Amino acid sequence: MTDTVESISSMIVQKLLANPKVPRDIDGDSKIVEDLAFDSLAVMNFVMEIEDTLDVSVPLDKLADIRTIHDLAVCLAGLKNGNFP
Amino acid sequence: MIDIFAKYDGLKAAIAGLTQNTPRSPFDVVIERPLSATVGLIEGRETLLFGTNNYLGLSQSKAAAEAAIATVREEGVGTTGSRIANGTYALHRRLERRLAEVFRRRHCMIFSTGYQANLGAISALAGKDDILLLDADSHASIYDGSRLSHAQVIRFRHNDPSDLDRRLGRLKDHPGAKLIVVEGIYSMTGNVAPMREFAEVKKKHGAYLLADEAHSFGVMGEHGRGVAEQDGCEEDIDFVVGTFSKSLGTVGGYCVSNLDGMELIRLCSRPYMFTASLPPEIIASTLAALDEMQARPELRHRLQENAKRLNHGLHGLGLNASPHVSPVVAVTLDAVDQAVAFWNRLLELGVYVNLSLPPATPDERPLLRCSVMAAHSPQEIDRAVEVFGQVAKELAA
Repeated sequence: MTDTVESISSMIVQKLLANPKVPRDIDGDSKIVEDLAFDSLAVMNFVMEIEDTLDVSVPLDKLADIRTIHDLAVCLAGLKNGNFP
Repeated sequence: MIDIFAKYDGLKAAIAGLTQNTPRSPFDVVIERPLSATVGLIEGRETLLFGTNNYLGLSQSKAAAEAAIATVREEGVGTTGSRIANGTYALHRRLERRLAEVFRRRHCMIFSTGYQANLGAISALAGKDDILLLDADSHASIYDGSRLSHAQVIRFRHNDPSDLDRRLGRLKDHPGAKLIVVEGIYSMTGNVAPMREFAEVKKKHGAYLLADEAHSFGVMGEHGRGVAEQDGCEEDIDFVVGTFSKSLGTVGGYCVSNLDGMELIRLCSRPYMFTASLPPEIIASTLAALDEMQARPELRHRLQENAKRLNHGLHGLGLNASPHVSPVVAVTLDAVDQAVAFWNRLLELGVYVNLSLPPATPDERPLLRCSVMAAHSPQEIDRAVEVFGQVAKELAA
């Protein structure tokens, strides 16, 4: 199961590295906008891929507080473990 | 003192980078004046207009212009107030009754723009305990209305009823109301929604469905009521939102519904309550344009033929044009520089289209967005296709 913060964070990094445009040295502390050069639409579209893998939906307002890959993993783990929705 | 514009330094640099190798800014094109529905004067040249939303050509309707002139003489130029305070005229009520009849619904609210129609309807229909499910490629007015609603917002994959079905399935224990928002025709790409399939999903999950038919009203369906009419599922659409500024050629927006709760929205929709109502001459010209739209179904038939002609013509050149045949025909390019050069050259050769750049485009690639009108002649469409072919060759060389 990929439902701990660590395992989700690792899964996100692996998915990001599948994109050749993403820097190779990313980790959980990497900032999604600044370090990965994602604009708001790219972030939303990338999160959709993760949503499919984990079978959750992330409400848009939760994305507003997410800065790093770790933040995203915490949010997804919370959703996966029964918090909304 | 902190520079209040400092947060836009990135934007400033992006605009400078975009325009340094181009003779004109794509954000600053001036149509000096329209010479007809299909030809405008741009940079002193007669230019074919393939970048408007004037699908039926009614922005140049003589009947609508005469109605506006007569009404200005009788009632003045503006209402100076909002609908709930001092800005409701008999004409507003008349247009609401007329639109309700056209859509065969009990209720209609009109708004001062199409943007405000989405903002006003969505923000009032969904509350903080409800959930909005938006197609990922939704228009900015839908996203903005969602923020104003304070509801939880979930995106589903563009035009994908099975993804919507999955996401609604995850929400089965959520106590709030669920409102799905889709568009009939998507304004950037011309993609047409699978409306009947969306309606089936909404029924399965007990959700509400709002269809924004801004670009499909007057365009699709036997009577021009949009994609829901064409798909035979109008009864399953709870709310239809649209605009007067596309097919009807004026300005303003509306929301129609059979649900009686709609009348309450008049007293809690901020974009309806706290803005000046439509001026009387605009309502008069909108009513006249609506008459013309209904009296001349041949406009819609010609529009469909023209849409096919432009779509097939651009596909015939080997360009990556929209897969759906609709009056919006977008050509997708790979790189922003290439798109800017293409767009400039089209304009120099007398064809005006819209340059749409990421992140405003759905898949982070630039678009040359064309739109076709009933008023275009086959020769004008063929000329536009020829110019596209010439520019594609020049840039490939």
